[in-house]
Order: sequence, then C-alpha cells, then structure tokens
Amino acid sequence: MDSLDQIFIRLKHQLVAFAPQAIQPFLSMLLNIAAIIAVFGLLFALVTVLERKGLGRIQNRRGPNRVGPAGFLQFAADGIKALIKEDIVPAGADRLLHFIAPFVLVVPVLLAYSVLPMGRNMVAIDLDAGVLFFFAAGAATELSPFLAGWASANKYSLLGALRAIAQMLSYEIPLVLAAVPVVMMAGTLSTVQLVDAQAGYWGWLPNWHVCTPWGLAGFILFMIAATAESNRSPFDLPEGESELVAGYFVEYSGFKFALFFLGEYLGMFAVSGLAITLFLGGWHAPLPWLTFLPSWFWFFAKLLLLIAFFIWIRGTLPRLRMDQLMNFAWKFLLPLALINLVVTGLCRFLPGDGWKGGLLQWLVGGSILLMAWWGLGRFLSTRRGWTKRTYRYAE
Amino acid sequence: MTPNLFILALLVIGGAAAAMTLRNLIHCALALALSFLGLAGLFLHLNAQFVGFAQILVYVGAVSIVILFAILLTRGGDTQEPPLPKKGLLAGGLITVGVFAILSGGIGGSHLLPLVHPSPPAPSEPTVAEIGKVMMLSCVVPLLATGVLLTAALLGALLLALKEKQTEPPSRP
Repeated sequence: MDSLDQIFIRLKHQLVAFAPQAIQPFLSMLLNIAAIIAVFGLLFALVTVLERKGLGRIQNRRGPNRVGPAGFLQFAADGIKALIKEDIVPAGADRLLHFIAPFVLVVPVLLAYSVLPMGRNMVAIDLDAGVLFFFAAGAATELSPFLAGWASANKYSLLGALRAIAQMLSYEIPLVLAAVPVVMMAGTLSTVQLVDAQAGYWGWLPNWHVCTPWGLAGFILFMIAATAESNRSPFDLPEGESELVAGYFVEYSGFKFALFFLGEYLGMFAVSGLAITLFLGGWHAPLPWLTFLPSWFWFFAKLLLLIAFFIWIRGTLPRLRMDQLMNFAWKFLLPLALINLVVTGLCRFLPGDGWKGGLLQWLVGGSILLMAWWGLGRFLSTRRGWTKRTYRYAE
Repeated sequence: MTPNLFILALLVIGGAAAAMTLRNLIHCALALALSFLGLAGLFLHLNAQFVGFAQILVYVGAVSIVILFAILLTRGGDTQEPPLPKKGLLAGGLITVGVFAILSGGIGGSHLLPLVHPSPPAPSEPTVAEIGKVMMLSCVVPLLATGVLLTAALLGALLLALKEKQTEPPSRP
C-alpha cells in the first residue's frame, strides 16, 4: 500500500540518483515540471472530449464518436488541426502583444500548479505562503485577456477584454475572501499544512473543512467565484459567442487559439485543485475504510468530480447578463463572504468540543449564514421596481 | 552583483524607463506592470516571500489592470500620445543626473548604511506566521487605520457611482 502510495516519488528519486551529483537538483526540478505539464496536458486533452460528450448527452445527442475508440482520440485530431492551421494576425494588430498574450495566460497558470499537493509528499515546492502564491499567479493571468483583446484591434475583442477584466477583478475578491476562513482556522498559508490540518476522521465523517458551516459556505462561494474566474458558463460573458463572436480571442487562430483553450482549462483544473486542497481534504480519503487506495488517486478522483460538476453547470445554466453579473458579485457574494469570515471567528470561540461542539457550530453558524443568504438574496440583490434601462454611451 | 539581481534590476529600470518614454498609453501601463513584476522578483530575491507575492497579487494583478481599465474608459480607442518634445531633453537629463547624484550621495553617506550593507548574518527567513503576529499585535493600530481608510475609500467610490438617480422618465432623442 505504501509502495503504491509513494510510487511516483520513489521513481523520481531513482531516476535522479542515476545522474551525476552536479545536475541532480536541476534534474529533480525538471522531472517535477515535466510531470505537471504531461499529466495536466493529458488531462486537458481528455477533458475536452469528456466535456463535449457530457454536453452532448445533456443536449440529447451523442457528441464526438468518430475518432478512435468511442471518439476519445478526438483531441489528437483537434491538436493536429490547430498545429497546421494558418496563424492569422490582423493587419491593424499590435503584433508583439498579440503574440505574447497566450503565453501570459499559460505560464502563470502552470506556475500555480507548483504549490498544489497532489498526493502524500507530491508537491513541487512547499512554499510558506503557498496559497498567496497561487492567488498571485492567478492574478497575473488577468492581464492576458486584456492583452489579447486590445492587441487584436477589433471592437468585439476589445469589448470582450473589458468584460473579462471587470469580471475577473470583481470575482477575485469573493474568491480570496472565501479562502480566508480556511487559512484563519488552519493558521497557515502553506498548502501542505492545510491538507495536514484536514487529516483524521470524526467517527466515519472526514475531518474536512467542507464539513463545517463556514467551510461549506466558503466552498460554495469559492466554487461560484472559481467558475467566474475561469470564464466558464454561466459566467462566459467575455467570450459570449452570440454577442461578441468569441470575445477577446476572436482574432486568434491555429495554435495560439489552442493555447488560450489550454490556459482556460488548466486554470479550471488549478482552481479546482485549490478548492480540493482548501475544503475537500486534499489527498485524504473520504471514508476511513478507503485509505488503502493511494493518496494521488483521491486527489485526481476529486478533481474529476469537480470537473464533472463544471461540465454539468455549463450544460445547465444560461449565461448571465452584465448587470446581473456585477450585482451578484458585489451585492451577494462579497457581503456573504464577509459574513462568513465573522461566522468563522465566532465558530472558533464557541464552547464545547467533540460532536456537541460541532452541533453547536452548525446551529449557530449555520443559522446566521442561512439568514444572511436569505436576506441578501431577498433584499439587497433584487431589483426594486422595474424601469426602462438607459445606456449612457449606447443610445 | 549576481546575475539574478542584474536581470531583475534591468527589468525594473527598463520597465520604468519604457513606461515614461513609450508613446502609447497602453504600452506604458504594460511596461509599468513589467516593472512591478521585477520589483516582486527583487523582494523574492531578498527572501521576502509574503511581500513579493502580495506585490504580484496587488500591483500586477489589480493596480495595473485598474490603470488599463481607466485608460480605456476615459480615452476610448485613442491611446496614442504625440512624440516626446526634443527641446527639454538635455536640461531634463542634467536634472535627472543631479538628483540621482544627490540621492546616492545622501544614501551612501548615511550612518545607517553600515547597519544594512556589510552582509548581515543571514537572518532567518521571516515566515508568514511571524508577519501575522507582528501585524496583529504590535502594529495593530496602523493596520486598523489602513482598514478604516480603505473602507472610507470604498464607500466614497460607491457614493460617486451611485448618482444615477432617475428623476424624470428618459426620453429617446
């Protein structure tokens, strides 16, 4: 069991031991990077097919089923197509910025993977400020839609870029605020220690943060904000194809378009990985009698579950309107995240331990959060009185 | 000077210089973001992880985006500035050199310099927990004051944005 759990770590150590002493640190780094790029690149390829199949099933059709067994080699065909397509740059474009925009998206997203613990001892770097590093890398990607949209010299792409920036700035605040309670309760910003803080079981219940009132509220807030940050439906306004053709990457073709595609999916996986680390117990097994399965299996099982959730949401919900999007972020998610922060502090100092303490936390914290949820949804984020909308610049 | 430090310094100074001399406002803002990134690298080079990542999160991720947003909202598509005037170039350069000489002379002659310069005995890397303790215990008053200031700024921004009160039914032109 232990050998299966640590199989990748052992493999890496043996590979590194072959090399001469001088290049061993570099080889170790290189293997970490290669593993991350290979595993998540392949996951990206598979998920594109899975998503198309899942959406197809939701829409009562079959999805891709021609290339390879049951259509699962569709990604290879798509990749080859992207590689051999002509790379078109518009005549009025800013060539340099148009060129670097996809890389500004992909590189920070790949960096963010370096702090995700994907199994016991399986983390590229255990930074003391790991969660902060993740959010910093996520924030750096926000420049990319702007670069792409502005450099394309196209009004659709510029509108898409403006939407993307407004959305990402607005939803980054609830995203970070939803993660703060976990950091507060665990007392650390290191992702490895966050996972360690969720070890063990209460009876048969896992000791995960999602099993507490503030953790559950934080998880829901985090997932909503993560959906918006990764530009996925119902928050896909920056690339709303019925309004903006394709939003900020309307002028991209061939492999640069594929890189945007890759960056978005990798961003979705990374933020799901952080949700798993923060709320869903990282690589810990959900039930005590399931611990015989290796830790990396649990991480990737949870990751695939969250991806399935994303696909389900995409197939189910219609796209929001711009004012609904902003109202939702600033009048609902942000106050709820702040209230959740207060509830977390309250839960920390509630008396009692064991199941009695847990019950008290659920009663007090849960009722406050439910009331806040109901009140905010009922009073703050509804529109009072319908009037004719005027658009100052568009009339 | 190690090569790392040299590259980072080049990034910071080059980015700042480009932010001043480029004639397209968008390019200027992006060069400024590059300079911020180099600054974050300098913090990381000094083992200040928390400050470095916060610099990227706040300055590269938020401040530069807000600058870009403001440029696009106020200027529309026209972000091109007229070329730099050649006239005051010499005088400006002389003043720059003078200010630099005075500042570097002041810093070089400071009695505080021996405290920081001659290779300090490698202080232990400040952990985030230590920073948090300092902020919450000894520096709690400045922290609260900053919080109040930011809240006031937020409320002020809301008040500015709130003025769209409809007094009369809008008529189509």
